Amino acid sequence: MTLTANSHLAELYRTMRRIRTFEERVGELFVRGQSAGSMLHLSIGEESSAAGVCDVMKPQDTFTTHHRGHGIFLARGADPKRMMAEIGGKETGYCHGKGGSMHIADMALGHLGANAIVGGGIPAVVGAGLSSKYLKQDAVSIAFFGDGAMQQGILYESMNMAALWSLPVLFVCVNNQYGMGTRIDQATRNTAFDERARAFGLNGAVVNGLDVEDVRDAARWLIDEARAGKPGFLSVEVYRFFGHARMDKSPYRAEAEELEGRKKDPVLFARAKLLDSGLESEAALDALDREIAAEMDATIDFAVESRAPALSSMFRDVYAVGEPEPEPVRARIDRVLAREDV
Amino acid sequence: MPAMTYRDALRQALDDAMTEDKSIVVIGEEVGRYGGAYGVTKDLIKVHGPERLIDTPISEPAIIGAAVGAAMTGLRPVAELMYIDFLGMTMDQLANQAAKIRYMFGGQIGVPMVLRTQGGTGRSAGAQHSQSLEAWIMHTPGLRLAMPATVADAYHLLRQSLTKPDPVVFIEHKALYTRKEEVDLSADPLPWGKAAVRRHGDDLVIVTYSRQVLYALEAAEALARNGIEATVIDLRTLNPLDFDTIRTHVERVGKAMVVSEGVMTSGVAAELCARISEECFDFLEQPVIRVAGEDIPISVSQELESGSVPSARIIAEVAERLTA
Ligand SMILES: Cc1ncc(C[n+]2csc(CCOP(=O)(O)OP(=O)(O)O)c2C)c(N)n1
Ligand SMILES: [Mg+2]
Repeated sequence: MTLTANSHLAELYRTMRRIRTFEERVGELFVRGQSAGSMLHLSIGEESSAAGVCDVMKPQDTFTTHHRGHGIFLARGADPKRMMAEIGGKETGYCHGKGGSMHIADMALGHLGANAIVGGGIPAVVGAGLSSKYLKQDAVSIAFFGDGAMQQGILYESMNMAALWSLPVLFVCVNNQYGMGTRIDQATRNTAFDERARAFGLNGAVVNGLDVEDVRDAARWLIDEARAGKPGFLSVEVYRFFGHARMDKSPYRAEAEELEGRKKDPVLFARAKLLDSGLESEAALDALDREIAAEMDATIDFAVESRAPALSSMFRDVYAVGEPEPEPVRARIDRVLAREDV
Repeated sequence: MPAMTYRDALRQALDDAMTEDKSIVVIGEEVGRYGGAYGVTKDLIKVHGPERLIDTPISEPAIIGAAVGAAMTGLRPVAELMYIDFLGMTMDQLANQAAKIRYMFGGQIGVPMVLRTQGGTGRSAGAQHSQSLEAWIMHTPGLRLAMPATVADAYHLLRQSLTKPDPVVFIEHKALYTRKEEVDLSADPLPWGKAAVRRHGDDLVIVTYSRQVLYALEAAEALARNGIEATVIDLRTLNPLDFDTIRTHVERVGKAMVVSEGVMTSGVAAELCARISEECFDFLEQPVIRVAGEDIPISVSQELESGSVPSARIIAEVAERLTA
């Protein structure tokens, strides 16, 4: 369906609503016992960070994400069906069921990989920045990570190199206030994260993630600067609406705090802004929401109906195609025992 | 006898040890207020206080390194690494610092710390949260290594680890936390460094540790129904390694199989297999067989995950052929 005014904010709203609805369906997949495991980290409440930053990325740009990366990849243009299939550990998923929710990647969209090691994906953007500069790709490489990764030393080694070598790199902290049960002020004495970046010679900014257009504007400045050779850092302040992963009921924080935190809802905020400004009608947005709901419902069916990967596929992709594959343990045992039988 | 879970036995061990030895502190991510990612330190902060259950930022190299320094200066730290996979980040502090300090400094000081962590498959946790990396530890002189399979050992091996003069890496199995057994914790434990013979049989010796002990026992039951009797040895600690027990039984029986969830190549099974082959050569009727993890990363797909590590069925199948 087409939105009446087709404003850019409406596009950002669409992206964020798709993320929200997708994540809700991920929750359903888990409840139906169809997800591969329970280590599913939903980005509900953080949609503006994904939509705002990805909006100003160019096709040649690359990125890495942390474990809570579904939304970022969707905002970049991922196929939600293949994502859901990957989350279900199915053959039809982006990584053929090998990676799962925490290890989705897609080179076609410049997604150099989601990571289950906190901070693990950060230094790769320094390398991607080097490639871009050396190969004249005009590509910016962006690392997305959580506030928890702000206390990993590797971030500072990476910032330092990026600044030293004037690389087209952006570090984006999705600050959802918590790393598992630890609130940021319980993890560090100084929570003014942009100061750290500036200390290394990067541009640094903090933006409230309530308004996706604010995020987009901050990201535009930083990405433009990065493309010109001055790397940057952006902290997007949001609230993690639900538990750390599916099994976490957040007993470490008060319900009143959660209710207050969930008022900081970038999806509802954008919706209200569209309505207040007269850019969109309630009916048009409702219709859009319904269309998205149907699109995302179909991702569950796709994942559930997809086949599990063939057992023999486990030996594929340890090394490059055409290179010697690892020998299955069974084959070795068979050989040893067969010799004995003689 | 009361029934207790593996998780609760670990918690009890920490609680009792901390009550007896005030120099013990627990340091790691989510160990205090949260009670541990797998609940092992649940509510210990209420008993022993936040000075002794120290929540840390997500900074693994500094967590392990701080434990090393604390251990050199009067404390007995238990550093928790949430997943053994994060060893990748901390190996300098563990292998270059903790493991070598006594030796490099001519025996002046030791590092009496315990690194508690968990590993293994079983939760579709993917390639970076499911590994069995005990070989990295066993390959590093200076580190002790304990891997409990039973609820009683979860308790006793952790208590014993907390009396050792050198760094102990204590690896729990994530699939065992909810396992329940009837235990009498007041009964005398086996000494540290002694393997347990969990089952006696004359046809085959299965040498293993951690969760694979349970799979080996399950396989042994199935084999017994076909008239094959296996001895199952649970190593309990891989360093020190109780090779005397292995030797005694392998020499008695003449056929041996080694089982490990870790990848086969250059793994713990490879070491055990080599040693049995060297030391028991004259007594072996068959080559020593390794049943181990495939030489591949762990997939998130449950089918690929469970298909890439040993199971009771595979152990039984191979055992049957080995004894045919
Ligand atoms: C190196 C490492 N340490 C610890 C963990 C366990 N862990 C997974 S997510 C997480 C919290 C991360 O918090 P943050 O970076 O703020 O991301 P969020 O989950 O809030 O999106 C922790 C401690 C891990 N996966 N990797
Ligand atoms: Mg966070």
